Amino acid sequence: MELHILLVFMIFAAVMAIEVKDLFSSVIAMGSVGFALCLAFLVLKAPDLAIIQLVVELLCLIILIRATINKDLPLVIEGRWFFNTVSTLIFICAFLFFAWLALSELPKFGEPIMAVVKKYLEEGSEKTGAVNLVTAVVLDFRAYDTLAEAAALFTAIIGIMAILRKSGRKNHEDA
Amino acid sequence: MIGQNKQGMSVIVQTVSRLTAGMILVFGIHIVLHGHLSPGGGFAGGVIIALAFVNLLIAFGSGSGISKISVNLASNLETIGAIMFLIVALMGFLGGTFFLNILSKGESFSLFSAGTIPLSNISIGLKVGVGLFAIFLALVLLERARK
Repeated sequence: MELHILLVFMIFAAVMAIEVKDLFSSVIAMGSVGFALCLAFLVLKAPDLAIIQLVVELLCLIILIRATINKDLPLVIEGRWFFNTVSTLIFICAFLFFAWLALSELPKFGEPIMAVVKKYLEEGSEKTGAVNLVTAVVLDFRAYDTLAEAAALFTAIIGIMAILRKSGRKNHEDA
Repeated sequence: MIGQNKQGMSVIVQTVSRLTAGMILVFGIHIVLHGHLSPGGGFAGGVIIALAFVNLLIAFGSGSGISKISVNLASNLETIGAIMFLIVALMGFLGGTFFLNILSKGESFSLFSAGTIPLSNISIGLKVGVGLFAIFLALVLLERARK
């Protein structure tokens, strides 16, 4: 159920990122697609992938915002200072509230929750049949993560092939 | 016969790498196939397989026969590896969910055990090995085209 809500939200935000006129709003909409994808990975039980997606999305978003913030943003400050200040304060309060909710759920420092790891150690070899527990985790319990890592390598190789290809370069030299 | 290849490195390096390349290749295949029993697996074994070919390519220079393998063939093989891994993942739907280990677990500590994990290892090994070699080959061909 959560997955379907996230999918609808991602499709809506992706369409909005294309259709919206302002470049900065488009970047923001694309960032929301990325964060929804991060949540979708969490729902699909691929936590490693969700962390990677979060980090990469943050980095891309910062770079894109830095690149577009001076381009076409009609920065209107005069006459709207009251609305701007109030909305900023509301968002800061909401962020602090949710951060407090999330941080109070964290386990104490030095006392991690061992539920998942204990299960891997005790039942890993019987459930998967693999004696090497590292392989059991990588290719069975967290196989979805491995699939995405393989996809990342695949994308890197395709990118290198596209940059180093011979045919396009030759045509360029002839012309 | 040995010293005729003017490209590449010296005769000593060529001889030694010709003798050891096969052993490195077999060791890489061993690592891939025993991924569920011993340390290593698809990624590590794939890199070792790629290094066997890269070793030959460095020792004998870019004019040797091994660089006649086209980049297209390498990238096709890599794609086959990726598709194999995806098929292994989709096979889980026969039992219900994505990536479910549907084959029989077999006996522990034997080569044919652990269900789909060896298949995943083989496909990842193919993908990583051929993919890394394809990157190296693309760089070599770029260098040759520049001359």
